[in-house]
Amino acid sequence: MDNDLSIRDLVKRFGGFTAVDHVDFDVPKGSFFSILGPSGCGKTTILRMVAGFEEPTSGIIEIRGKNMLGVAPNQRPVNLVFQHLALFPMMNVRENIAFGLKRRKVTGAEIQTRVDRILERVGLPGFGDKKIHQLSGGQKQRVAIARCLVLEPSVLLLDEPLGALDLKLRERMKVELKKLQNQVGTTFIYITHDQSEALVMSDQVAVMNKGRFEQIGTPQELYGQPNTPFVAGFVGDNNVWPGTVNEVRDGEAVMRTQDGVVFRARSRETLAPGDRVNLFLRPEAILIDPGEAMGYNSFEVAIRAVLFDGANSRLLTVTPTDLEILVTLPQNQLFAHLEPGRTITAGWRPEAGILFRSDG
Amino acid sequence: MKKIVLLAALVLFCFSQAAQAETLKILTWKGYAPKELVEKFEKETKVKVEVTYSNNEEMIAKLRATRGAGFDLAQPSQDRISSVQEEFGLYQPMDFSKIESALFVASMLEAVKKNTLVKGQAYAVPFCWGTDGLIVNGEKAAGASSYNDLLSEKYKGRVSYRVKRPTLIAMGFALGYKPFDLYADPAAYQAMLDKVEKTLIAAKPMVKNYWTNGDALLESMRSGEVFVAMAWDNGGWKLHGENKAIDFVAPKEGALGWIDTFALPAKAENVAAAYKWINFMTKPENAAYFTNQEKTATASKDANAQVAADFRSNLERCFPQAAVDNIKWYPPVPAKLESMEGTVLDKIKAAQ
Amino acid sequence: MRAKAAFWIFLAPVLAWLLLLIVLPHIDLLVMSFRSRNPGGDPGWTLVNYQRFFIEPIYWRTFVRTAIYSTITTVITFFLAMPVAFYIAKAAAVRLRGFLLILLLLPFWVSELVRVYGWMILLRESGVVNYFLIRFGLLTQPVEMLYRDATMIMGLVYSSMLFMVVPLVSVVESLDDALIEAAYDLGAGKWTIWWRIIIPHCKPGITSGSIVVFMLSLGNYMTPNLLGGKNSLWFTEQIYNQFIASFNWNQGAAFGFLLLLLSSAIIWAGLRLSGQKLGQVAS
Ligand SMILES: Nc1ncnc2c1ncn2[C@@H]1O[C@H](COP(=O)(O)OP(=O)(O)OP(=O)(O)O)[C@@H](O)[C@H]1O
Ligand SMILES: [Mg+2]
Repeated sequence: MDNDLSIRDLVKRFGGFTAVDHVDFDVPKGSFFSILGPSGCGKTTILRMVAGFEEPTSGIIEIRGKNMLGVAPNQRPVNLVFQHLALFPMMNVRENIAFGLKRRKVTGAEIQTRVDRILERVGLPGFGDKKIHQLSGGQKQRVAIARCLVLEPSVLLLDEPLGALDLKLRERMKVELKKLQNQVGTTFIYITHDQSEALVMSDQVAVMNKGRFEQIGTPQELYGQPNTPFVAGFVGDNNVWPGTVNEVRDGEAVMRTQDGVVFRARSRETLAPGDRVNLFLRPEAILIDPGEAMGYNSFEVAIRAVLFDGANSRLLTVTPTDLEILVTLPQNQLFAHLEPGRTITAGWRPEAGILFRSDG
Repeated sequence: MKKIVLLAALVLFCFSQAAQAETLKILTWKGYAPKELVEKFEKETKVKVEVTYSNNEEMIAKLRATRGAGFDLAQPSQDRISSVQEEFGLYQPMDFSKIESALFVASMLEAVKKNTLVKGQAYAVPFCWGTDGLIVNGEKAAGASSYNDLLSEKYKGRVSYRVKRPTLIAMGFALGYKPFDLYADPAAYQAMLDKVEKTLIAAKPMVKNYWTNGDALLESMRSGEVFVAMAWDNGGWKLHGENKAIDFVAPKEGALGWIDTFALPAKAENVAAAYKWINFMTKPENAAYFTNQEKTATASKDANAQVAADFRSNLERCFPQAAVDNIKWYPPVPAKLESMEGTVLDKIKAAQ
Repeated sequence: MRAKAAFWIFLAPVLAWLLLLIVLPHIDLLVMSFRSRNPGGDPGWTLVNYQRFFIEPIYWRTFVRTAIYSTITTVITFFLAMPVAFYIAKAAAVRLRGFLLILLLLPFWVSELVRVYGWMILLRESGVVNYFLIRFGLLTQPVEMLYRDATMIMGLVYSSMLFMVVPLVSVVESLDDALIEAAYDLGAGKWTIWWRIIIPHCKPGITSGSIVVFMLSLGNYMTPNLLGGKNSLWFTEQIYNQFIASFNWNQGAAFGFLLLLLSSAIIWAGLRLSGQKLGQVAS
């Protein structure tokens, strides 16, 4: 499979500050690629370099095999959906979408049909004559995307385009955006600091932190096999439980927590007895009253609160040393009797937890 | 409460200040109220003098706007008084009992009296007099001595004059008319104006610019940008003092003689002070001071003795008896003439 | 009913204010403009003062000339002010911004007369500019730079700059940089970005700046008179001449109202042509 975008050893410095630090990645044709990272980690800077608004300090950007060094933004086969959309308020929807086509000297009739077709595509048929300020947030979103897609770019860059929307709409747009990408088949590079957006939509996600890529992989890989404690903590919810390694055998480590409980867990690092480690354990990996199932790690905790959230309900529990542990609460009547103050037994399979050496 | 008292005190204070300081508001030409004389007058009479500079046309407009209020004394030219007095009643009659007639050159006093007569009453007394003629740079335009030299190809781009009525009159003379004799015959006067208009428009390429500000004109002559200009004699004499090559020339058609006066606006508030100023300015020593300063002769009878020698030599050099006899004194301008002239002046200015 | 009363109560002082300050002083002039000149002769109403404007070519020609030159001044001022405003609003460091605006304000610390005389000292035949041009061998003979239409327009542009730059700075400031980048990203070049994005965005500022500059130029007296020289009759000078030189106040008043009406008509036409409403511009 060939790549629409290849980035090699990309660096961007602003004065002495390194915003993008030796980043490498490839985006295969037609895929949905996300860059996920906390605010200020350098995501926008990468996109702006791909779009041509920012010169890399060093490194190579290739789009469909062509080096983009020195190519002006208006000559690059990529388009950018801006963080705040940047629709032209002095034009109506049709003129906004036709803007790029006119610059390419497409004929009037052709523009007409292509604009109508793309409006249909994004679910806004007949909206051509509306003014920008007459649109809802979600509609603006779609116009901004349509304005880029109508140009059939090799790569569409999206800079947190859902950031300004309310939660409900964001949930809906997530699904729609994914569907749209499937239909048009354009390569999307999507920036977000919201892990759920990245996980839902992407074929591949790069997790970024302080200018560096921590890990690139499918959502499943990132969720299931985080390479670094940052990824483990940033992608999905995780309980973090500090302790010390007792012994290592068969790729598994035995750790003793600060509460004195002994667990078996896997690790991607080579650990030695005496190492201080953090156990990352997802709430949904913890079962309540696992019984005497084979090989489970088990421990006792006290319920502090029941956090009801429909299918996403959890128990907030505390260990004897007052460490908070979240436990997923399955929505069957079995656990309806659980209430704050009670102590429960919980267990988890050793493959479900992962250890990282802690620095402290 | 305290504030109100304070405010009242302040208001009272202001009023008392105003009442105490008696003022004399003079509407006059630049240079007609020299600083030293104003200070001297203020010291002698304890009257504060406020001076506003203007020219004939603006003086009339200002007084017309207020129907003769706002000033205690004005100094229009004698020919611009009777018609506006008839039409708008801007001035009040002179009370000659308050004038020290003995200070004046008697013939001039009489002439002004006669020229400003409206319904049997005279409205002005003379202050100073001078002429309009040519200022010539002898190095660049030797021999220029006629208003026709303002039209001459020889001085292309080196000529300057005002777009005002004296220029029209001078051109009338240059073209062989007797403009002052035509004052009474509007149709004939119009015919002359038409001819003058044509002549001046045709001569536009000779003109560097139409001057509006006397000091600016003197600067242009001084720097050698302008060779021949139509202007007042005192300007020429000021330049002659700095550079002997430049001098006033009384044109052979005759210099145009004007007399500027003292006149009392109809609603003057401090007439008494105005009379004091008139008599003060006509005293020989004060008049002589003015003449030396401004190079302009006055109507003060005994000032001559105290006038500096260079001024007397100016007069002797530029005005031999024949030239004096040839001075064309402006008679009073009849109403309506100005309107006819105004259109002609606009056309001259606008022509390309 | 109640609301209506309240409306009038609030409106009344405003109307009274307008009446006192703007309408009343002009009523006298308006009446005057419909009177014939000679109070002794015909005291009746007449349109003759207005008719003269259209009959006598020099009057309307002077007006047309004044209007055309004011328009040229406005256009030139705009083209010079736009990059300046853009630089101040977008490119200059924030600390520099206030300083630059003050620099623009500098010429207004002296009166117009002084400013015009300043130009005259620089540009006259024996002036500073000629001196240096000859000194550096660029000229052999001094040239008169004053008393030309171009000089007059330069003077007008100079005293109008600020009134164009200030409204432009405020509209340019409100322009989101992302719009420019978006247009660039969609394939637009520099000119397209100026014409399709920046200018349309700045339209209200351009219009209000242009109206002010146009009116100021039209109403200017000193600059055309002193810098323009012998061919430069400006319409305001004609009004002045009617009042002062010709003593014909009735004619002067009529010219004054014609200036008001015709310039309003020109502005109205300009707004129509650029598809704007006065209300939008003012807001
Ligand atoms: N032009 C610039 N000059 C100096 N520093 C800059 C510049 N642009 C960005 N930075 C810095 O680079 C870092 C990365 O910025 P960037 O905009 O890429 O962050 P981001 O990941 O997009 O954050 P967010 O999610 O908040 O948009 C930030 O610390 C920012 O302050
Ligand atoms: Mg960003």
